[in-house]
Amino acid sequence: MTTAAQADSGGILHWLDRSHTVAKPGFSRWLVPPAALCVHLCIGQVYAFSVFNLPMTRLIGITESAPDDWKLTELGWIFSIAIVFLGLSAAFTGTWLDRVGPRKAMFTAALCFGGGFLISALGIHLHQLWIVYLGYGVLGGCGLGLGYISPVKTLITWFPDRPGMATGMAIMGFGGGAMIASPLSVWLMQQFATSSHVGVMETFIVLGLVYIFFMMVGAVIVRVPAKGWAPEGYVAPAQPKKLVTQAHVHVDQALKTPQFYLLWGVLCLNVTAGIGVLGQASAMSQEMFPGQITAAAAAGFVGLLSLFNMLGRFFWASTSDFIGRRNTYMIFFALGMILYAIVPWTGQIDSVVLFVACYAVILSMYGGGFATIPAYLKDIFGTRYVGAIHGRLLTAWSAAGVFGPVLVNYIRQYQIDNGVPKADAYSVTMYIMAGLLLVGFALNWLMSPVHERHHMKPEDVDA
Amino acid sequence: MTESKHHEDVSAANTIKLVFAWSFVGIPLIWGVYNTLTQAALLFK
Repeated sequence: MTTAAQADSGGILHWLDRSHTVAKPGFSRWLVPPAALCVHLCIGQVYAFSVFNLPMTRLIGITESAPDDWKLTELGWIFSIAIVFLGLSAAFTGTWLDRVGPRKAMFTAALCFGGGFLISALGIHLHQLWIVYLGYGVLGGCGLGLGYISPVKTLITWFPDRPGMATGMAIMGFGGGAMIASPLSVWLMQQFATSSHVGVMETFIVLGLVYIFFMMVGAVIVRVPAKGWAPEGYVAPAQPKKLVTQAHVHVDQALKTPQFYLLWGVLCLNVTAGIGVLGQASAMSQEMFPGQITAAAAAGFVGLLSLFNMLGRFFWASTSDFIGRRNTYMIFFALGMILYAIVPWTGQIDSVVLFVACYAVILSMYGGGFATIPAYLKDIFGTRYVGAIHGRLLTAWSAAGVFGPVLVNYIRQYQIDNGVPKADAYSVTMYIMAGLLLVGFALNWLMSPVHERHHMKPEDVDA
Repeated sequence: MTESKHHEDVSAANTIKLVFAWSFVGIPLIWGVYNTLTQAALLFK
């Protein structure tokens, strides 16, 4: 087994080693959340990738698509490949990341994510779509996965008194990244566009370099606490809560526990319910309120959902520090069921305000689910391998990323094909979403502490 | 240098670092939120 000490690289990259990231006395732990945000604000760009889709269908034709231009369906795969590689890299690099520490992981994530943009720019220059798949999809996707999980364990270790709030702050950045990337990308394309150029390639080069720099700043700032460090005045609870363990479970052992699969199901169902709606929000709002919500207003609706998605990450994860993780998810599933059941009714009574309010809360809980899960894992499996376990659990996100949109799109189409008016086509989907949340509620209710036989021995924890 | 002076220096340095670090991430984030709210205002017009 390779130890943390053996993982040190030496040479000019020695500053990346875990041993060089141990905080000196007097270091403020409040510098770690902005370090994490440097990474998450960048990789959150993935949610805004769709702004490139239409311009990339006009790389040759410029004003309209030429026969040799890429098709929208072909371009849709770039995002899908990136999300699949996010899940895979998070799942397979979690143990390596635990060993080498957050700085080397952030550094690698920056090179992968920013490098993905640069390779994709080459793909656009040569008009070879496979290079874009390889660049943004595969390499960028690996950067997403590595970057997403890299600061989680570090934050939990720095904030044992508020693990939910700390991870919520970082993961909030992932929700907010698209809000920065979307207008920035549009602005950059406008600056670079000429009569013979749509400006995507140059935008990719600028974004790639900016993201590498921004993420590197995070890697420079981040520190891990010295062994045995605890916040001033912090005393670990003498009588821990039933669902908060003081022991540690190895990542390989965690996969043998029912708790891992319960949490996998909980995350998958919570994400499925939100992601399906997020992808269809613009069309859904216009079809449910024809004449009232215009295309421009629908874009505003999508923006508002992104905002609540971001705010929910901080709000719900922080709240979970006080009310407990299981109770937080109980609220997500119970309140989600009620709200999904209400949505079709808001269309019937023609209330745009109520419709928007329902979805704002639903999307806050979608984001909250992502942000609360690292602290939930820490409670159930301990802190030693929480990063690696979190990485494996993110495969639930990849699964939901496929399942959610398919569910919403296909049921809607089936309804319309069977003569249901467009305004009512989403009702059945909403009731099915409510049903999924009921299953999630049951899985969360079944959560119990991990059996002692799965716990690591104290000497193995220190190794 | 006395110990209290050393603590004051560390504290002042930390404050400066905190302001820079949080501004570095906070300014782009606030810009993104502002843009989003401007766009979302169309929903209620």
